[in-house]
Amino acid sequence: MTGPDAGPVTVPSDEVPFDPSLPWRKSRSVALRPEPFGALVYHFGNRKLSFLKSRPLVAVVTALEEHPDVPSTLRACDVPEAQHPAYVTALATLSRSQMIERRTSVPPTTSELAAGPCTEADMRPEEGLR
Amino acid sequence: MTAVLPQRPTGGRLIDQFEYGLDAPICLTWELTYACNLACAHCLSSSGRRDPRELSTAEAEGVIDELQRMQVFYVNVGGGEPTVRPDFWHLLDYAIGHDVGVKFSTNGVKLNKARAAQLARTDYVDVQISLDGATAAVNDRVRGTGSYATAIRALENLAEAGMKDFKVSVVVTRENAGQLDEFKALTDSFGAQLRITRLRPSGRGADVWDELHPTMAQQKELYHWLLANGDGVLTGDSFFHLSAFGEALPGLNLCGAGRVVCLIDPVGDVYACPFAIHENFLAGNVRSEGGFQRVWQTSDLFTDLRSPQTGGACTKCAHFDACRGGCMAAKFFTGLPLDGPDPECVQGFGENALAARELDLVTPKSHIDHSHKGPVRGQPTLLGMPSIPAKICDESPLAGLDLR
Repeated sequence: MTGPDAGPVTVPSDEVPFDPSLPWRKSRSVALRPEPFGALVYHFGNRKLSFLKSRPLVAVVTALEEHPDVPSTLRACDVPEAQHPAYVTALATLSRSQMIERRTSVPPTTSELAAGPCTEADMRPEEGLR
Repeated sequence: MTAVLPQRPTGGRLIDQFEYGLDAPICLTWELTYACNLACAHCLSSSGRRDPRELSTAEAEGVIDELQRMQVFYVNVGGGEPTVRPDFWHLLDYAIGHDVGVKFSTNGVKLNKARAAQLARTDYVDVQISLDGATAAVNDRVRGTGSYATAIRALENLAEAGMKDFKVSVVVTRENAGQLDEFKALTDSFGAQLRITRLRPSGRGADVWDELHPTMAQQKELYHWLLANGDGVLTGDSFFHLSAFGEALPGLNLCGAGRVVCLIDPVGDVYACPFAIHENFLAGNVRSEGGFQRVWQTSDLFTDLRSPQTGGACTKCAHFDACRGGCMAAKFFTGLPLDGPDPECVQGFGENALAARELDLVTPKSHIDHSHKGPVRGQPTLLGMPSIPAKICDESPLAGLDLR
């Protein structure tokens, strides 16, 4: 199995630490598009584009809303215990970019279209793309 | 499909995954019409006259429906001048209503105060105003007399309407490369965002490329400027060939043609990228059976483009991982081999390759040309043609006045 890397993130200034013991879900403004390597993630609210680089991570993100917290989600998705910390790190990245949200949270506000490769997409891929 | 196609690796860098293509484009460019009120000297699509075969409103809606099904979350709309299509505003609303965000490029001709206010009220739309000089003198020589004033008026209208995050879109040329700071200041003054992209020898751009493409010294300055300012400036990831100077630029340093992007032209033809309107890069048409999805997923051309480059002169270069051989369209339209260096290779290999071309080489020319056939009001003076004044006053404030 490959690492659960998540793609681009921008850290908001009012960031609160990611708490895996809380209930999470894929943001309601987010669409996942399956791809051979994982999924393309699009946030209709802030128009950020991101990528999930493994299919197991896609399964975890999708399953979050069915479980009371992150550890139970990871167990339900058969993620080996040794990989839990890496998954928590990836989910923390996704929460910073608002791709996943606390199940009680309010929808985020809008900003701008991620666009381009020469790509003509004007993307700002970070570590995930290097 | 042939048996020798390389297998997609599992895991690794996303850029390596992208070389094998995606099930749907990340985004695509969609040129709605070849009609344009301007006659820019470097037009990538040789636009001017509308093509009678352009997609109807219903056909365009069909394409949007398909993009929604394929989860293409936004399109870059251009032309021609897209806003001269009478159904432009309808298609804009239709796309947004179907989860396909729109980022459109315009010279600003239709962006009056009312349209600016309408756009400011519309979520999920981005506007790019094209400007190729920070001053009227530099801009109008390439884009035509009066085009600077038109663009500035549109920018003023958008700012006044409270539009957020609109863009000023600049093609970097030899004549404006020294104006980057001025572009940034001008853009900031409207509360807008600067977007700079690379000049390609595509369309009419082929006719002026020798004269307009940045010099090596300008490329180096541009590279350092992007390293210093890159986070606040969009580039469409078009300058990835500059990464061979040393440091990787922000963005995807990869040719996305047929892999993660493509072009749908006004008549529904699907090309590998917006800068490759030539039959060699034509993958199919959205009107054919199976529509856009079949073209994207199964066309022979796109299948061929979806494998990493393994041969050619560039793969042996120490900088290959940085620039990946550069821009396919730039090589093609300057008559260079696609697996060799980019004509603007910053290691100098492009200049050598250009010099080594056969003397009798005829560079490939697209048979798609919608350029205006007669003179155009305010046409660019770059080509040495006499300009027809856009208004009498553009020539001289006293022209036509009998002062006696």
